[in-house]
Amino acid sequence: MVSLKDLTRISDYEWEIPKSFRQDMQVPVRIFATRRLLEKVMDDKSLEQAVNSATLPGLVGHVLVMPDMHQGYGFPIGGVAATRYPDGVISPGGIGYDINCGVRLLATQISYDQAKPYLNDLASVLNNFCPSGVGTKGSLRMSEKALDQVCREGSRWALKEGYASEMDLQRTEESGCLEGADPSKVSAHAKERGRPQLGTLGAGNHFIEVDFVEQVFEAQAAQVMGLEEGNLVVQIHCGSRGFGHQICTDYVEEFQKAVRRYNIQLPDRELVCAPLSSPEGQNYLGAMRSAANYAFANRQVLAHSARLAFEQVFAGKVKNWHLNQVYDIAHNMGKIETHTIEGKQVKVCVHRKGATRAFGPGAPGLPADYQVIGQPVLVPGSMGTASWVLVGTNESMLRSFGSTCHGAGRVMSRHKAKAEVRGDKLRQDLEADGIHVRAGSMAGLAEEAPQAYKDVDAVVETVVGAQIARKVARLRPVAVIKG
Amino acid sequence: MNESQSAGFREVEHTADWELEVWAPTLPALLVQAAHGMYTLSGTKLKETPREMREFVLHFLDLESLLVSFLSKLLYYGETQELGFDDFLLEMKDDMLEAVLYGAPIAWQSKEIKAVTYHNLKVIKTFEGFRTRIVLDV
Repeated sequence: MVSLKDLTRISDYEWEIPKSFRQDMQVPVRIFATRRLLEKVMDDKSLEQAVNSATLPGLVGHVLVMPDMHQGYGFPIGGVAATRYPDGVISPGGIGYDINCGVRLLATQISYDQAKPYLNDLASVLNNFCPSGVGTKGSLRMSEKALDQVCREGSRWALKEGYASEMDLQRTEESGCLEGADPSKVSAHAKERGRPQLGTLGAGNHFIEVDFVEQVFEAQAAQVMGLEEGNLVVQIHCGSRGFGHQICTDYVEEFQKAVRRYNIQLPDRELVCAPLSSPEGQNYLGAMRSAANYAFANRQVLAHSARLAFEQVFAGKVKNWHLNQVYDIAHNMGKIETHTIEGKQVKVCVHRKGATRAFGPGAPGLPADYQVIGQPVLVPGSMGTASWVLVGTNESMLRSFGSTCHGAGRVMSRHKAKAEVRGDKLRQDLEADGIHVRAGSMAGLAEEAPQAYKDVDAVVETVVGAQIARKVARLRPVAVIKG
Repeated sequence: MNESQSAGFREVEHTADWELEVWAPTLPALLVQAAHGMYTLSGTKLKETPREMREFVLHFLDLESLLVSFLSKLLYYGETQELGFDDFLLEMKDDMLEAVLYGAPIAWQSKEIKAVTYHNLKVIKTFEGFRTRIVLDV
């Protein structure tokens, strides 16, 4: 059990659990949080899970925890850990079951005032065009060969099939395709789950949300991204669906044997891992990258559907109804990256689980226009509250393996949320606040109630205070589609 | 909650996911209770007909691996064939489970379960039988 007295205060926004806290820790844990946010998580097991994560073999630097942290399984949500490449390990549980769960942001030239009379209709059309809900299947019927192409090519497959533009790919992390994906390392069960689900949102905390830009904090960055105060934007939050869930399930099971084979001792079996250089590690990398590419393609197909919905609702009513991509970014991913550690350039495998890549200006892999301002970071809030657009900084490159927060972070259990919130009442309240809601299940809606989450503004103030991101714009929701 | 002295399950508070405590006098009964618990948490309702049967064999490393693999198989059937089960014939032989499941198409499911995790998972032998806690990723 970790208590506040075990933490060393580094600054108002940064704390440390030293390596000496527990004998099996390989590196210290560094937490980005205010005292107030820290106090909110002392009742759950986030910090204990961060300490457990700090026992993985081959870790470098610190295990990092973002201010939207909450208890997960194995790693805490909001955790970042980097292992030496190739002699460190990779842990599927450190990436999560929803591989490449992430957020896409699309900007419009439609003002909120112009859109107001059509928002109810827009919510219904988006809901019809973008399949959502438990186990939903999409309209695409994919052969195994086509699925393998999606695995290898990600958003490039979507471009070839007419679901994407070149600009979409340029403005997607890794241009929407992780190299080294190997669909032959994906099980038949995973492929069976993945084939009918491409282009679907799923359920749980996944959503499509229409917002308007409430306030711009950094005019130059907002201009580069195409964000203008008062205009509508669209967020798409989802991942690799049953395909990724099954791949992670398969490899967490497979790695139960690997840890015995490589004599790796761990405090929690969900942290199972294998050396990156081992056949098991390489197989997982190939499968995990396949799921990551599937998720990029999935959000791309959903973006295409959202564009069709906007066309149906706004064509003939506004001059320009096109949705321009701002960025698409993962927050559950394992990536091989080079970072500066103790003054040296070191190749590492960065595990981000509920944490967003936040590369600063000039970082490799960013499109030319974002080289100047830094990589956009998309931080969705809870339903009914604000979301944020941030950018990565040079400090994030030095202090957090180019990572920052990914959302508001839960603070209330689903059980308690269901007991305290009635889905139909919540829907009425949101509608009264001018937020049009389409939800597959009222119980599911209640579990995702705003009061179940931390204050996203406090989370953002923390990462900005810690200098691992800068504010660009604050978004305000006007329509939410949930599975 | 579905609770009796000898076998049952109950939901345990978890910030982001779902945690189930499950107990039963035997290992096969523990698997059955865990399945009922998972279906209850996800709000799964089955159609009355047509009745369907599936059978499979699972090889497992240990009891925790058995539990995760068994429940994961149910999630797989739920998602790919839209089937749920309410009647189980389970036989264990050393490191192998032979399972015959009877059920029906899923009529309604209110919540999605992504996966069954190993997080802090331990199947404990008690005086009354077996007890465990399972965290489900939702």
